[in-house]
Amino acid sequence: MQFKRTRQGYADALIELARANPRILVLDSDVAKATKTCDFAEVLPDRFFNCGVQEGNMMSVAAGLAIEGFIPFATTFAMFASTRAADQVRNSIAYPKVNVKIGATHGGISTGGDGASHQCNEDIAIMRSFPNMTVLVPGDYEEARLATCAAAAWKGPVYLRFGRGQYPVMEEIHGGFEIGKAKLLRPGNDLAIVSTGIMVSEALAAATELEKQGVAARVIHMPTVKPLDGDVLLAAARETRGIVTAEEHSIIGGLGEAVAAFVAQTHPAFVRRVGVHDVFGESGRADELLTLYGLRAANIVEQALQILDTAVAV
Amino acid sequence: MQQSKDPRQLQDICRRVRRHIVEMITAAKSGHPGGSLSAVEILVTLYFDVMRHDPGNPKWEDRDRFILSKGHGCPVLYSVMAEAGYTPLDKLNTLRRLGSIYQGHPDVRFIPALEASTGSLGEGLSLGLGMALAARLDRRPTRVYVLLGDGESQEGQIWEAAMFGPYHKVDNLVAIVDYNKIQLDGFVKDIMDLEPLAEKWRAFGWHTLEIDGHDIAALQAAFAEAAATKGKPAAIIAHTVKGKGVSFMENNPKYHGVAPTNDEMVRALAEIG
Repeated sequence: MQFKRTRQGYADALIELARANPRILVLDSDVAKATKTCDFAEVLPDRFFNCGVQEGNMMSVAAGLAIEGFIPFATTFAMFASTRAADQVRNSIAYPKVNVKIGATHGGISTGGDGASHQCNEDIAIMRSFPNMTVLVPGDYEEARLATCAAAAWKGPVYLRFGRGQYPVMEEIHGGFEIGKAKLLRPGNDLAIVSTGIMVSEALAAATELEKQGVAARVIHMPTVKPLDGDVLLAAARETRGIVTAEEHSIIGGLGEAVAAFVAQTHPAFVRRVGVHDVFGESGRADELLTLYGLRAANIVEQALQILDTAVAV
Repeated sequence: MQQSKDPRQLQDICRRVRRHIVEMITAAKSGHPGGSLSAVEILVTLYFDVMRHDPGNPKWEDRDRFILSKGHGCPVLYSVMAEAGYTPLDKLNTLRRLGSIYQGHPDVRFIPALEASTGSLGEGLSLGLGMALAARLDRRPTRVYVLLGDGESQEGQIWEAAMFGPYHKVDNLVAIVDYNKIQLDGFVKDIMDLEPLAEKWRAFGWHTLEIDGHDIAALQAAFAEAAATKGKPAAIIAHTVKGKGVSFMENNPKYHGVAPTNDEMVRALAEIG
């Protein structure tokens, strides 16, 4: 299996986009070497603004540029984009619906050694609660690249979430990216696994394991958390015995709750959430933390089997 | 809209604007009279003399931009924009009502001629810097004017922006501080003193001027000096009086965010003339 950085997909797309469109600008807040926008700064220095350690100011400056017709990509770590700068993202960007793209790297527990202060498991919840905000969580390098291009073409604010680490390259999710559309990766009618971001590899591994146990799991990759692909979810709720969601994020406010709320109102179905269980993280290697915090295929399998047990009991 | 350099004509507009402010906040039964009245001369001088803009073509690309970062002072902005012909004068008294274009804080969804939606303090200077950078990238002659509150200047983001502007040599932007010395909870010096304020702006690299913010000739001279300043932005510390023009509101913290009663309105209008 090949591994690549999702943040590099973002940075590579920015250069590609900016060469074709002179309105594209990049802002960063003194983390360009980590977000990889340093590559952009080297190639197109006149269209790159390093704001220093000023995430709030950066978001509002980006809004001012967007009001005047530029397409700024304001870049920082997920923690600082979503919590530190929440007010500016809400009031300068989402509320007036200006065309700012927020590139947030280092999302999730896999940020690793930096520890709890830098492991953002709340950003999807915060961002999807803002009206006008579109939330994209691509699953690998190539999808990160495609999502960044889709965000540039989209009119309005977009939050793009990437990880820090090297993540498996997943051929299954390549070949196009449409905002608001899920990707059906594997058929199956016993239950559905709906994942976002890097959890796609664990979802597919879980489906393989379940198959060995005679369970046919449908695998749906949902790189757009907002707006949700309702058609795909409704079909999953109707045609299977329940849904397991998987995200590298708190189980509060993220994909899992979005899916649960959607099916509760359309076609009630069992939903069980794999994610970080309302706790702060700690330092460690990404692979250690994903295991420790229950973000593995085994955890998805466990929840899937519980759904099948519950569904039978009912 | 008639632009004018004549301070007497501008003063006459100021008088009308003060009447609108008192009437509309009384009608709304809530709002911020003190910090609206303190900024009247600043806005009238900008909109009726200094700024290049066209109410008949509000999205003219080369226009100058004005951002009311202290968004709660919107009655003065609405009154000036209505006097300039952007929005209806006869609807000013719908302030804060359901469906009114005159929202409790400036909202571009309701008045597209506004340059920005504001209300969460501290963001306007950063927005203005983005607009000024955009003008520079697009080689437009646009200048950007941002009005800050003194209480607002306690926000950290103001000083982030204050650091950003001179570093990026944003010389097509002017920050004006409506230094009326009063904030919601009382006198600024008793809540969180800003002094030495002009020294702070100078230390951050701004071409800094201190003037009487009710003296129209002084405002005209300050804006001219700011426009002539190259390589760095300008900050104008405008010393003003909260509630200016209405004796019982002047320098009285009570009128930061409390509407006049009908009786008070009658007295206020008699004083304004």
